[in-house]
Amino acid sequence: MLKYLLEKEFKYIIRHPFLPKLILMFPLATLLILPMAANYEIRNINLSVVDNDHSPYSERLVQKIISSGYFRLTDVSDTYPEGVESIEFDKSDIIIEIPQNFEKDLVKEQTGKIMISANAVNGMNGGLGSSYLSSIVNDFASEVRGEWIQVAQVSGVPLIEVIPLNRFNARLNYKSYMVPAIMVMLLTMICGFLPALNIVGEKETGTIEQINVTPIRKFTFIISKLIPYWIIGFIVLTIGFGVAFAAYGLVPAGSFATIYLFAAVYILAISGLGLVISNYSETMQQALFVIFFFVIIFILVSGLYTPIKSMPEWAQAITVINPLKYFIEMMRSVYLKGSSVAELPVDLLALSIFAVVFNVMAVVSYKKQN
Amino acid sequence: MKQFYAFVRKEINHILRDVRTMMILLAIPVIQIILFGFAISTEVRNADIAIYDPSNDAATQRIGELIEVSSYFNVYKYVKTPQEINNLFKRGEVSMVVVFSDQFREKLMHTGKAEIQIIADASDPNNATSLTNYLKGIIGSYQQELMREQKVPYQITSEMKLLYNPQMKGSYNFVPGVLGMILMLICAMMTSIAIVREKEMGTMEVLLVSPMKPLLIIIAKAVPYFLLSCINLTTVLLLSIFVLDVPVAGSLFWLITVSLVFIFVSLSLGLLVSTVTESQMTAMLISGMVFMLPVVLLSGMMFPVENMPFLLQMVSHIIPAKWYISAVKDIMIKGAGFEAISKELAILAGMIVVLLVVSFKKFKSRLE
Amino acid sequence: MGRFVIEAENLVKKFGDFTAVDNISFQVGEGEIFGFLGANGAGKTTAMRMLCGLSKPTSGRGRVAGFDIEKEPEKVKSSIGYMSQKFSLYNDLKVWENIRLFAGIYGIPKNEIEEKTDALLRRLNFEKEKETFVKALPLGWKQKLAFSVSIFHKPRVVFLDEPTGGVDPTTRRQFWELIYEAADSGITVFVTTHYMDEAEYCNRVSIMVDGRIDALDSPANLKIRFDGENMDEVFNHLAGTAKRKGD
Repeated sequence: MLKYLLEKEFKYIIRHPFLPKLILMFPLATLLILPMAANYEIRNINLSVVDNDHSPYSERLVQKIISSGYFRLTDVSDTYPEGVESIEFDKSDIIIEIPQNFEKDLVKEQTGKIMISANAVNGMNGGLGSSYLSSIVNDFASEVRGEWIQVAQVSGVPLIEVIPLNRFNARLNYKSYMVPAIMVMLLTMICGFLPALNIVGEKETGTIEQINVTPIRKFTFIISKLIPYWIIGFIVLTIGFGVAFAAYGLVPAGSFATIYLFAAVYILAISGLGLVISNYSETMQQALFVIFFFVIIFILVSGLYTPIKSMPEWAQAITVINPLKYFIEMMRSVYLKGSSVAELPVDLLALSIFAVVFNVMAVVSYKKQN
Repeated sequence: MKQFYAFVRKEINHILRDVRTMMILLAIPVIQIILFGFAISTEVRNADIAIYDPSNDAATQRIGELIEVSSYFNVYKYVKTPQEINNLFKRGEVSMVVVFSDQFREKLMHTGKAEIQIIADASDPNNATSLTNYLKGIIGSYQQELMREQKVPYQITSEMKLLYNPQMKGSYNFVPGVLGMILMLICAMMTSIAIVREKEMGTMEVLLVSPMKPLLIIIAKAVPYFLLSCINLTTVLLLSIFVLDVPVAGSLFWLITVSLVFIFVSLSLGLLVSTVTESQMTAMLISGMVFMLPVVLLSGMMFPVENMPFLLQMVSHIIPAKWYISAVKDIMIKGAGFEAISKELAILAGMIVVLLVVSFKKFKSRLE
Repeated sequence: MGRFVIEAENLVKKFGDFTAVDNISFQVGEGEIFGFLGANGAGKTTAMRMLCGLSKPTSGRGRVAGFDIEKEPEKVKSSIGYMSQKFSLYNDLKVWENIRLFAGIYGIPKNEIEEKTDALLRRLNFEKEKETFVKALPLGWKQKLAFSVSIFHKPRVVFLDEPTGGVDPTTRRQFWELIYEAADSGITVFVTTHYMDEAEYCNRVSIMVDGRIDALDSPANLKIRFDGENMDEVFNHLAGTAKRKGD
């Protein structure tokens, strides 16, 4: 019996004027365009300089800062309030204020002070800029020290050498970070939306009644809806691997088998959710919006674009029941760090639970008799 | 005219009866604003890190203290052997491991040099960069402490101030984006679905044969979504002003005007989609994936447009949402007036004309 | 198991405060063509859906093909065929694919399906449409096809819900010929309709008004009892008392 249902489902998909194109083109387009657009890479930080000293030292400091390459000088203000305005208007992310008598104090009193004001509301640039600035300032101080004190006296200064090592992504390639995550998003949208719209579509045309009046078991019917999208999910995933390699030279550090395994469970979970939603919807429009609603929230709090650790407690709590979060974690770990199933037991377990729960709900909530 | 009103009323009732969809439509922007405003942040905080400290002396302990106190870090584990490090990373338990060289303090005091290795999990490059720099900053502070103890001259201290000034609305880039998205969703997607549904059910032909002009039929279908959009526009603005504390710096009048223009652009887009397809599913997929995704991506809502490659920036020019969002930003945040948004208004108006012309051409050819 | 193929006993279906089916009882014998008449909105489809196991009765009992409609709906479904008002064939599948799908669902062995399909298409004079997509078929053909599919597995009973809506009288007659053939081969036919002339084709007819069965007998007897020359007049007599308007 299942065989005949599957035949019907596959024919439906293949003959659909739009679906096959969507399945092939959408992943392709998204994977090619989105990584280009989705860029939180820290580029130039916009700097506003308020130099109250206008001395050779202050100018040298400013020069040193600008030549570091981290900053783009977008504003030169005469007063601190003017500098703040430039932040308000989104022109700068950070202000460095050099006080009057900076040079004089440094030479005479041998101490100096500068003020760094960062825009804390716009996330990274402000905080990062402060770090860069203070380390440049320290370097400057050593330079000045070196000019005034003999070498022999300097050797006593203890220096901690910091050696940064970037594991798993030596070149800090942001695309390597985004591409696996985008593949997850694709799978979610395609395997979440389509099965749901499918069942509601049958409700709208009335063919579901014809099915309900036959001895087909609920379980069989649901499976017949799940399997085609499962397979489509694998196809999309494989296309994803292909594009990741061809366009970005990205190959998973871990094994493909691990990814496929997790994907198998994840697709079941997300399709199951879609089916539950469609069982409770009368029209395709309704189903679409409910899924849309869930998918938007899931994507936003999944760690796809922004780190979960940065979220407030209550938001982090929500992520626990977000299947995407586990899959994204897995994807990135396997792709970039070469993690294996043994190292990701929680993710696999969580996804399996979701898969079971959602699909049981899908079977139970499907009513052949109202 | 009476027929028209009757028809509009029927359409409105139709929507009202679908309570669930309506609730979702009203809820989506609210949830987005809450999430964007309070939950999502690109700033790094509370990162789990591990420390491998074979020296365990006054210096390393002091640095360890400074790290524990910092809000950027959360010391997850003190590692006993270097072999554990790999596992920690692979299991995703830490984002960074700090490795002190052995006999740290001794080396530091006697040879003047000691090493700290910062191993960052760069699978998240931004995270890695930020954490590395924050850690460098902490080490730098310790360094300064040392130098102060030793009374090393020529030190410049940087005093840091973080600005949380609520007038910094420049950061709330997402409000215009949320607006753009929800208006596009309602006007383009829902309208196209509504019209295509009539086609699918076969009732469109019935309507076309009725004495009501086709134009009025289409307008009547669009009216309820227009109203729904206005409600959402109001909701978002109210939320923005009272919950996010982002008042409208510029003219409310122009804000509403440009929003109305954008609503019309979206409605026209929805109309165009409805003329090219017969099936609801296709209409949904086109509006959903072909429209919504670019809006979210290229409009500047989630990712800064300046960071994008030139090609994409060009593409973003044909996306109506981009012009709308930039106009709204100008008005809400920079307090600009008509002159600043005249360009956007013109472009959006032009889009309406183009879209409508194409739609009507397609509509007519279908009738023939 | 009684000698009746369909038994309804005080069936009631309520939707909230609204009573769609108000305490109906009847029996249908094997091989009968039983017409279920009534205006639109009288409750016919609701009653039928209960008998098919698609809808749970609010109260009352029913048995179809010997199985209880409430407790054993799936067993009922194995023994019946059904043709809904919306035809319910898959528009995107070809003629032979639809037949094959439902044949497979009802458990006809694979090797028999193809022969039986060809035989059916020959009988209907439909051979050249074998590869046609259902959505391309004219309405009358869709109906005949849907009916044939519904009895393909030789069920004991077939339920037809307004099967001849929207087609010309000739096509309707052709359709009823198919119904006769089915009845002759032993299949009990339970058909709802609002075309009063079709009532003449049935062995017995029940007339539903406002959810109740106000009359049940052979067309001939009904005409005598209600002093009508045809079923239309019979119906008008009864429906004059109707409170519910059709949709």
